[in-house]
Amino acid sequence: MFELDTWQEILDTVRKNKLRTFLTGFSVAWGILMLIVLLGSGQGLSRGVEYGFRDDATNAIWMRSGQTSVPWKGLRPGRNVQFKNEDYDVIREGVKGVEHITSRYFIRGTLTVAWHGETSSFDVRAVHPDHQHLEKSIVTEGRFLNPTDVDEHRKVAVIGERVKAQLFKGAPAIGEYLEIKGVPFQVVGVFTDIGGEGEQEKIYVPISTAQRAYGGANNVAMIMMTVGDASVDESQAIATDLRLRIAERHDFDPDDKRAVFISNAVVEFQRFVDLMGGIRLFVWVIGVGTLLAGVVGVSNIMMIAVKERTKEIGIRKAVGATPFSVMSLILKEAILVTGVAGYVGLVAGVALLELMSRSLADAEMFRNPEVDFGVAVSATVLLVVAGGVAGFFPARKAAAIRPVEALRDE
Amino acid sequence: MEGSGDAMIRLSRLNKSYPMGSSKLHVLKGIDLSIAPGELVAIMGASGSGKSTLLNVLGLLDGYDDGDYHLDGVRIGQMSETKAAGLRASLLGFVFQSFNLIPFKTAVENVALPLYYQEVPRRKRNKLAEEYLDRVGLADRAGHLPRELSGGQQQRVAIARALISSPKVILADEPTGALDSQTSLEVMEVLRQINATGVTLLIVTHEREVAARTRRVIRLRDGRIEGDGPPETAFGPASFAPAVLAQASPAPLAATPPA
Ligand SMILES: Nc1ncnc2c1ncn2[C@@H]1O[C@H](COP(=O)(O)OP(=O)(O)O)[C@@H](O)[C@H]1O
Ligand SMILES: [Mg+2]
Repeated sequence: MFELDTWQEILDTVRKNKLRTFLTGFSVAWGILMLIVLLGSGQGLSRGVEYGFRDDATNAIWMRSGQTSVPWKGLRPGRNVQFKNEDYDVIREGVKGVEHITSRYFIRGTLTVAWHGETSSFDVRAVHPDHQHLEKSIVTEGRFLNPTDVDEHRKVAVIGERVKAQLFKGAPAIGEYLEIKGVPFQVVGVFTDIGGEGEQEKIYVPISTAQRAYGGANNVAMIMMTVGDASVDESQAIATDLRLRIAERHDFDPDDKRAVFISNAVVEFQRFVDLMGGIRLFVWVIGVGTLLAGVVGVSNIMMIAVKERTKEIGIRKAVGATPFSVMSLILKEAILVTGVAGYVGLVAGVALLELMSRSLADAEMFRNPEVDFGVAVSATVLLVVAGGVAGFFPARKAAAIRPVEALRDE
Repeated sequence: MEGSGDAMIRLSRLNKSYPMGSSKLHVLKGIDLSIAPGELVAIMGASGSGKSTLLNVLGLLDGYDDGDYHLDGVRIGQMSETKAAGLRASLLGFVFQSFNLIPFKTAVENVALPLYYQEVPRRKRNKLAEEYLDRVGLADRAGHLPRELSGGQQQRVAIARALISSPKVILADEPTGALDSQTSLEVMEVLRQINATGVTLLIVTHEREVAARTRRVIRLRDGRIEGDGPPETAFGPASFAPAVLAQASPAPLAATPPA
């Protein structure tokens, strides 16, 4: 079966019938190439969409105050809405379905941060401990903020990896005191964030401490929460509940969209999930179509090739070829050509994806196109088998007919 | 015909017909024939008389309906293609009117092909093929493709291919049919030399010059044997075999055809 001589005979035939070899090989290589580019692009597209969600919790609801835009109960429009600590308390205690909740206070002015004479400026966020869940911060040293920090107005800070690197330059940070806008805070933890370098240049401090230290009274700028595994409908019900409560507490029309802005990531994430499903379906349909076209192409060419070789088969039989040897010659040739072509298509497809990946490196919506290697190999195997099967029946027929009939073929 | 067991080819009451739609065309009508080892036989007859059909049956390239066929003592009957392939490889060589060389193989590769199917190593069979090409005077054309050779040269390549597996029988269907008369005589001379080495040789031809250079002429007419005898009698009492051929007649063969 695997004698060198047989393969030499096959290679010889392949070499001397370049057009036939090319046509068979091309349809396989092209099919695989297209499939890989297609699957890879689909993957790249869905990764691009996924990338947009990488940073923050996908089950979060963010709430930011605005300005009233319609009159309400005799009050003029154009009033600023200002969240208070009590809003946070009311939501935390009263709104069902809230999992983690944090509010945030914006410290005014430039935020100079100093340690041992090193001065720099970073984004300092005054938050509740649950903020960790919303940002998906990962603590790498020490700890994150805790409820006691908030209750006791502790002057503690959790710093991002990049803050540590820039200020401490490799020196240990835990236990050290930073001066933030002149107020000393003790570093109790270091964190990282998959959201990228920007997200690691943050400093978190307890909201209560910041409100007191920087004259913030009990003002809150934003309230953010996660809603567990709430469905889209449930999350929307929670958002409505939030709006009603805040509207009641601050005396504005609950339908006034400008008085409070609520963004619901669950809805956006669902849109993303739907989009992913759409992409997958699209890729699947086109992929199957491409493969089918490849199978039909290979089958056709194999059938024509065997037909074209009828006379050659007759000659081979006249000089002593058995039906088996004739068939194995044709099938091995088919497998060799489709196999090599499939491999070429595979390599070319991966190379093309790599090229696309590089030239589109900056595109947000298209990231790391890649194919599942198992799928690519299965597709190649499928085409090789298709070529073999397509060749098998005419080859068997050609091998079985009387030599005289094969020889008569012109 | 005597039914001696040592005949190379023995046919008795062999019939063959081709299906023609619902009816069939009876082509060989009860052929009785015995050919001894080493004979040089011409088969003649009008076009359509069944010469090629007979040769194809003899060469196991085609089957037959009924009757008996023994080749070198082996009963053929309804033999499987695989078994037939084995016999073709070990016993038979073919020369066709249209040469039937594989167009994408060189002369030497075409000649070596039968040995590929006998699993002779590549180098050895190519070396042998070159020797056989040399014997038919084509040593310098070994690397040529068939289309780069003249008709006579292609036919000599085909003869070398028929010879390389040392067959006991060579069947040639109008081997000179596509060649001019001078080339025909050259090819015929090569075939005669082969026969002189003891190979049984059957040549279908419609050329008297060719038939005249054999030892026995079988005349077919409408699927039946109409005449069987030495060339001198085959062409009637007023034989008009050209003098050049009579003069070129070789010495008597060891195996005398049965009367
Ligand atoms: N494959 C075939 N199918 C049908 N009829 C055939 C076939 N081959 C030959 N014949 C017919 O059989 C008869 C004998 O043909 P053939 O043996 O080729 O004659 P010859 O070689 O003597 O010219 C002819 O009438 C021919 O038409
Ligand atoms: Mg004929």
